[in-house]
Amino acid sequence: MLSRVADSLYWMSRYFERANHCARVLEANYNLMLNPSKFSTEERWQRIMASIGIATEAGGIDPQSAMHKLTSDAGFESSIAYCIAVSRENAGQVREQISSEMWEGLNSLYHKVTKASSNLEAEAHPMRLVDAVRRGSYQFHGMTDATMNHGEGWQFIQLGKYMERSCALPVLLDAYFSRSKEADTLDCVGLLASCAAFESYCKVYTAELKPDSMAEFLLLNPEFPYSVRYAVEQMGAAIAAISRTSFANANGTIERIAGRLRASLEYAQISEIMTGGVHRYLRDVIEQCESLHAAVHMVYIDYPIQSALEA
Amino acid sequence: MPAPFGEYAMGQAYDEMFRANGRPRTHYRNLYTKLLNLPSEELDRFKQEADLSFFNQGITFTVYGRAESTEQIFPHDLLPRIVTSSEWATIERGLKQRITALNMFLADIYHERRIVKDRVIPGEIIYTCKHFRRQMQGVRVPRDVYVSVAGTDLIRMPDGRFVVLEDNLRVPSGVSYMLTSRKVMKQIFPALFRKYGVRPIEQYSQELLSTLRSLAPEGRSTIVLLTPGNYNSAYFEHAFLARQMGIELVEGRDLVVHDNTVYMRTTSGLQRVDVIYRRVGDDFVDPLAFRADSTLGVAGLFNAYRAGNVVLANALGSGVADDKAIYSYVPKIIRYYLDEDPIVDNVETFLMTDRAQRDEVCGNLGKYVVKAVGESGGYGMLIGPHSSREQRAEFREKILADPRNYIAQPTITLSAAPCFMNGRIEPRHVDLRPYVLFGEKVTIVPGGLTRVALRKGSLVVNSSQGGGSKDTWVLEN
Repeated sequence: MLSRVADSLYWMSRYFERANHCARVLEANYNLMLNPSKFSTEERWQRIMASIGIATEAGGIDPQSAMHKLTSDAGFESSIAYCIAVSRENAGQVREQISSEMWEGLNSLYHKVTKASSNLEAEAHPMRLVDAVRRGSYQFHGMTDATMNHGEGWQFIQLGKYMERSCALPVLLDAYFSRSKEADTLDCVGLLASCAAFESYCKVYTAELKPDSMAEFLLLNPEFPYSVRYAVEQMGAAIAAISRTSFANANGTIERIAGRLRASLEYAQISEIMTGGVHRYLRDVIEQCESLHAAVHMVYIDYPIQSALEA
Repeated sequence: MPAPFGEYAMGQAYDEMFRANGRPRTHYRNLYTKLLNLPSEELDRFKQEADLSFFNQGITFTVYGRAESTEQIFPHDLLPRIVTSSEWATIERGLKQRITALNMFLADIYHERRIVKDRVIPGEIIYTCKHFRRQMQGVRVPRDVYVSVAGTDLIRMPDGRFVVLEDNLRVPSGVSYMLTSRKVMKQIFPALFRKYGVRPIEQYSQELLSTLRSLAPEGRSTIVLLTPGNYNSAYFEHAFLARQMGIELVEGRDLVVHDNTVYMRTTSGLQRVDVIYRRVGDDFVDPLAFRADSTLGVAGLFNAYRAGNVVLANALGSGVADDKAIYSYVPKIIRYYLDEDPIVDNVETFLMTDRAQRDEVCGNLGKYVVKAVGESGGYGMLIGPHSSREQRAEFREKILADPRNYIAQPTITLSAAPCFMNGRIEPRHVDLRPYVLFGEKVTIVPGGLTRVALRKGSLVVNSSQGGGSKDTWVLEN
């Protein structure tokens, strides 16, 4: 497969996942913000921004426009509109590699989002758009699985999706667990809802919302699709599948990084993580994901020509 | 005429379906009867079905020159254009003869130049061609095949003869419309297909692949299609053909040249490329050899090509032979190389470099069609009878300023074929573009793209100028 094609599929998938993550976080918090809280509106927005990885200064958030900015401002690089546009742009580059159902699904979602950005109704009811994106995402994943060959290209799509998730979840968890003020029950519900995890969590731990249990669930649960461990394992599976079909000279770097990351989640205990400093642990996960991304890029996409000729 | 043909006005043009007395030609009778017996709602429904099918397959093209380039569905007419087997036999022989001679011409002008030395064509006409590439002098190409894919535009004269209007020898497009239109028509008119015995065209992609393969060096056969990318108007076709042939669709940035060898970047490392079916113009293939501002090409490609390490189809510099001034010499070219009379004629053409011819044309611009020699797609053209005084004055000035850049032809009324327009059947002007493949042998799939000038009375069939297409049926016998 052409490197450029693999790269486009990977980024199509990453940006799509990024848009969804943003949609989930916004949806979870929008409902909670209707309840009174000991935190100010500005503080709450600050945490929302932090949980999708946007650094903000105190006083830098305008609660009135924040929602619109995060959903429909195509010029803002973390907005749903921007991420969907970049995802579609990448899909357009490799339109013949994905199924027509996938293209149509992504395309119609894009049109929905861009139409909403110039739409007063969307401003009054931002959740309609967010809801459309969330539903659209499940459909897209379903179509991707059902209509496309599960070959190398599909594996790059999987890799992109789970890479994005593995990077985004630790950021979200960090925003909740590293705060000085004690989180209340509603905040806990918000965290779980941001990962579409409330129902699944209750099945394992009942509705008793304890920080340790939540951290354990979202970090280490092997079965829940929005846990870090699950995402990392899926990423490992995609990497293994890609290296089976490709003859690139990887000399094991990628597998080594992926394996170490997987092991650190598989054999970790939540009590150790919580006492040892959850912030440091999460940072470490993110850094490992980043070096994995760099290694994949170096081996399959942007390798130096000289080394490829020698191989 | 009866119901669906109520508004059918026969003009001066040769009518594909009807004789002068208003009765259908023999080979159109089955279609005629079918149309008489179809309720008009049914035709409407067919039309919608066909359009939907094109829409869903994403068969679109991009029109340049508007405020923003817009993607449009390629307009398709429901009724087939029918060509008899004997008409086709003449066309086929004529086009084989023509492409053979044109290839010999190209091989000659880039090497010995016998045709210039023998004073059949003045050298300056060749060397002043916009598409003449002096870099190609002395470069041998496999099998001496310069043009492996051509799309020749034929029109039918009022007396019923087919003549060549243009040779498109650079990167002719439209073949994907021919193939998809056939697929759609089979869904809509299965019974007519059974009745008629229409010769198949579906093998085009395989024929193209084996043509390209026949140019590959012994034992090596990695073939790719080079596209300018997804903003190009014909990107749909590039992706379509690559998929049909099972070859990689690459862009310039996917290729690298090392040691005069071309490689593509894949997830399995660099893979050597042997034949490039390029849908990128000469000017853009290599910024080091041609236009330095091109970002579509591959640096070093020309050197690899000259070293014989990669094959380009069509060869660089092929565009000389479809220059519209050279076109007027094609009958002489055929006689010179093959010692045969042309089987399919040219349209009479006036060279603006010739004083007497220029004076005649400039004095009577309202009668002529004037074309810029190096343009295609219906750009840079004046249609005398449909032009305004200002346009004629503008062209007169252009011609006088640069006579080499223009030719003129008498305005020819293209033949007309029945088209389904807003619920009625009306005649519209059409041409015919068959696709000629030249590798080990010459192959022409029976049929081609019939292009339709959708506006009433218009003679311009180019898709960029409001043209559409219809399926072309060549009959078995």
